[in-house]
Amino acid sequence: MTAALLAEKVEVVFDQFRALKGVSVEVHPGESFGLVGESGSGKSTLLRAIAGLAPVASGSITVTGKPLGRRRDKAFYRQVQMVFQDPYGSLHPRQTVDRLLQEPLAVHGIGDSETRIRRALEEVGLSSGFRFRYSHQLSGGQRQRVAIARALILEPSILLLDEPTSALDASVQAEVLNLLEQVRRDRKLTYLMVSHDLAVINHMCERLMVMQNGESVEQLTAADLVSHNVAQDYTRRLLKASEGFVRVG
Amino acid sequence: MSGNLLEVDNLKVRFPTRTGVIEAVRGVSFSLGRERLGIVGESGSGKSQTGRAIMGLTDPRAEVTADRLEFDGIDLLSLPARERRALRGKRVAMILQDPKYSLDPVISIGRQIVETLRTHEKVSKAEARERALDMLAAVQIRDPKRVFDLYPHEVSGGMGQRAMIAMMLIAGPELLIADEPTSALDVTVQLDVLAILDRLVAERGMGLVFISHDLRLVSSFCDRVVVMYAGRVVEQLPASELANAQHPYTQGLLDCMPKIGADRHPLPVLARKAEWAA
Repeated sequence: MTAALLAEKVEVVFDQFRALKGVSVEVHPGESFGLVGESGSGKSTLLRAIAGLAPVASGSITVTGKPLGRRRDKAFYRQVQMVFQDPYGSLHPRQTVDRLLQEPLAVHGIGDSETRIRRALEEVGLSSGFRFRYSHQLSGGQRQRVAIARALILEPSILLLDEPTSALDASVQAEVLNLLEQVRRDRKLTYLMVSHDLAVINHMCERLMVMQNGESVEQLTAADLVSHNVAQDYTRRLLKASEGFVRVG
Repeated sequence: MSGNLLEVDNLKVRFPTRTGVIEAVRGVSFSLGRERLGIVGESGSGKSQTGRAIMGLTDPRAEVTADRLEFDGIDLLSLPARERRALRGKRVAMILQDPKYSLDPVISIGRQIVETLRTHEKVSKAEARERALDMLAAVQIRDPKRVFDLYPHEVSGGMGQRAMIAMMLIAGPELLIADEPTSALDVTVQLDVLAILDRLVAERGMGLVFISHDLRLVSSFCDRVVVMYAGRVVEQLPASELANAQHPYTQGLLDCMPKIGADRHPLPVLARKAEWAA
């Protein structure tokens, strides 16, 4: 079976700083894979390196068996799309939702935009009344839905999700996570998802990798996490932290 | 006269706008002794505006009214601005969410702490410096002398937040309002900062108002929890009783968070009812 996504010994260097120190990861088709770690651990950098948004110094990245070069071509972006953390920063403030969704279709020369936009909005649970609004007229959860619709409109097979719910309230987070699970089931998508929240990763992903200081600490299954079957102290600390504050003495 | 540190009765904060009046806080009442009180709610529930109204930091265009808003028997609403300023920072202090934005970027951390102290107490420069260094050590900064001369952009988020706590506690306040003090921090750092805050609050016998959207965190940290929805208090309960919360909103907030080991697909979502806001 060819992996949907295969990264081998990926290094990312900004000036002298090694943000990723030879990280490898393999994501199977249809799988949901999680990346956890604190800020600066390189989890988002790995995602960005795959998307072509961070300079890869060495190592290789393969998507469904096809190695990627220095530049990502259009075909890559039809296959791989990304949803960013901050729904306030990732939507163009002067474009309506309609225009935002039009853009990827225009770039890729896909016609039939009318039905596609309508379908995309429906799929993420927004009524047609949202189509001609600007992003400042939407709530955080609605914006993230638009961002997901924009990623889905090209019918990719792989979604890169960079903390898709960490800017949202807990109740809205639940709605967006449910939506992400729903579209994954309907479209048989592969997810690579970054979060600092172990509970979210445990809920969404079958396997995960814990990262620290640009390196992989360990790879686990969701079941390992539940049974606390972890080998590294760092993972244990993360698990403990996710249980809330414990008063000493 | 009750011995409470803070008495809030029917607090309202209104923002007049072109399209009508927005009521951010609509009749909030609670009292606080020397304890840790959590205020929880979603964005827009009015939790931060409640904290700001107590501090006297509400936008000047807004109207703040209350049947009673008293700190240690002092009526805050009728207090002249000058006296309120003297109170703020000295007896009532506030920690904000993100040290990146709440510290002055062009003044070194040490000088900011010294400035707070010298605003409220007559101390010599040398003594102020000594006390600032002690305070930095008290928030577990390993090398206070080095950090004293650093600028906010030169330290990590966790260290910036510790410096912020040092600055707020140096004048020895009796009431501390912490508005999402750890939301901008990593989970592991979050607990370190909370442990420091917890120890200092206990040692100094301060009252603490802890504002957060994270119900689970608040319940593990505070003695008592006030749950807010649409500008109102929907439920008040001891943190230990949170699992037995009565209001459907509180139950919904608790329920919708993913938990490790709980296999719930899809997650239960909050079904908001109009009568909660009534």
